[in-house]
Amino acid sequence: MSGQATDGADLRRTPLYDSHVALRARMVPFTGYEMPVQYAGIMAEHVQTRASAGLFDVSHMGQAWLKGPDHATTAAVLETLVPGDILSLAPGRQRYTQLLNERGGILDDLMVSHSAAPEIDGWLYLVVNASRKEEDFAHIRAHLPEGMVLEEKPEWALIALQGPKAEAVLERLAPGVAELSFMSGNLFSCTLNGQAAAIYVSRSGYSGEDGYEISVLGSDAPALWNALLAHSEVEPVGLGARDSLRLEAGLCLYGNDIDETTSPIEAGLIWSISKRRRQEGGFPGAERVQKEIAEGTSRKLVGLKLEGRAPARQGTVIAAKDGTELGIVTSGGFGPSVEGPVAMGYVETASAKPGTQVDLVVRGKSLPAIVEKMPFITPGYKR
Amino acid sequence: MSKVYYTEDHEWISVDGDVATVGVTNHAQEQLGDVVFVELPQVGKTVAKGDEAAVVESVKAASEVYAPVSGEIVETNGDLEGEPSKVNEDAEGSAWFVKIKLSDTSELDATMDEAGYKAFVEENS
Repeated sequence: MSGQATDGADLRRTPLYDSHVALRARMVPFTGYEMPVQYAGIMAEHVQTRASAGLFDVSHMGQAWLKGPDHATTAAVLETLVPGDILSLAPGRQRYTQLLNERGGILDDLMVSHSAAPEIDGWLYLVVNASRKEEDFAHIRAHLPEGMVLEEKPEWALIALQGPKAEAVLERLAPGVAELSFMSGNLFSCTLNGQAAAIYVSRSGYSGEDGYEISVLGSDAPALWNALLAHSEVEPVGLGARDSLRLEAGLCLYGNDIDETTSPIEAGLIWSISKRRRQEGGFPGAERVQKEIAEGTSRKLVGLKLEGRAPARQGTVIAAKDGTELGIVTSGGFGPSVEGPVAMGYVETASAKPGTQVDLVVRGKSLPAIVEKMPFITPGYKR
Repeated sequence: MSKVYYTEDHEWISVDGDVATVGVTNHAQEQLGDVVFVELPQVGKTVAKGDEAAVVESVKAASEVYAPVSGEIVETNGDLEGEPSKVNEDAEGSAWFVKIKLSDTSELDATMDEAGYKAFVEENS
């Protein structure tokens, strides 16, 4: 058995680092940060999130304001970089989209929120992946016209509270959050250490469950973290279970399932592109995306459920029953709620139909698997 | 009474006559996390010290279990295929992986005793 090197040099820490250490989390290097991979154990944390509520530190992600004079101006500028419909985003609403390159490949995927406050109507709040934030922010800045700025918020922490009990718990601390609908957000006040603190709460997440993501000043983050953990329904959850939760929920991980070579259409993200944007184009790589919408793609990202117990990891070859190579697994592991191994990967379109039988080649053995519609679980989103 | 040896790859070897029972240590199962699948070798297969003898899959990742000694696989613990979580519950007891008929007992000279292994783990954690 081989050990892992845990070289702490040059790694950044989130404002919740001390809280993780106090909870005896196992810390690992992840995208330049020392992050908790697990506390009680991945399986227990996964099940906890699906059954009650899990608390995640995702402060490594990149948060920023994109500031323009009014919504139409700011939205129009962002729409030159993403295929999502930002113009139609109502105040307080949030949307998932992707930064695309000129070839229609995905530079990153991100969340975009239209400010709920009328006095800052021209501001969009962006949350991007930790692994891509430097590149994303430089890319966006390079495309901004005079009078618009991208303001990074490294002083903000980001905490996710996910699971069926998330609403009841957060409502006690920040009254009003229960009223938020899925993919919307607003500013709320909560009392931390006897003082009122402002938090930005959105009803969204990366687990397939109902829940919230909470943006909070880093100096207030440990108090909020502890206040949430004080509720018996809540346990801390690390990056290990975050990955198994999102995999079961059929949510893409940047760098695994989507990257600069994959288009949003191949990745099954067509739902994130509105009718207007499909027709009008006007985003990088629109030619490829529109062509793929019209004519289809040669490969597609699919869900795979293995018949046996052995997981198939990233990089596993997906083969037809006659042995022909069809593609590669991009994410794979054990699904604690599915109670078996699940994976996603790209296959030739002819083999992408749910129910198609394939083999996953693990350590030289062909493991039978079936193409399955994702998500693998029934999501708990409150729409 | 059998004697127990430990390796730097976090395996234990319990030797009774010329048969070595091999498993992973409690420290190793803690590092692995929740074990969800164990792949065992064919009985009758001959392994050399350092060869891959089994695979343990946790929720997180796959890890190889290397043969700590050379010899013939004479028995495998089929219970682990149905109940892989046994590795987390009783790593140094009922969750043994394989029994190897030793071809060279001198290979055990390169192992540690329990106290030596404990010190090794402390040094490397």
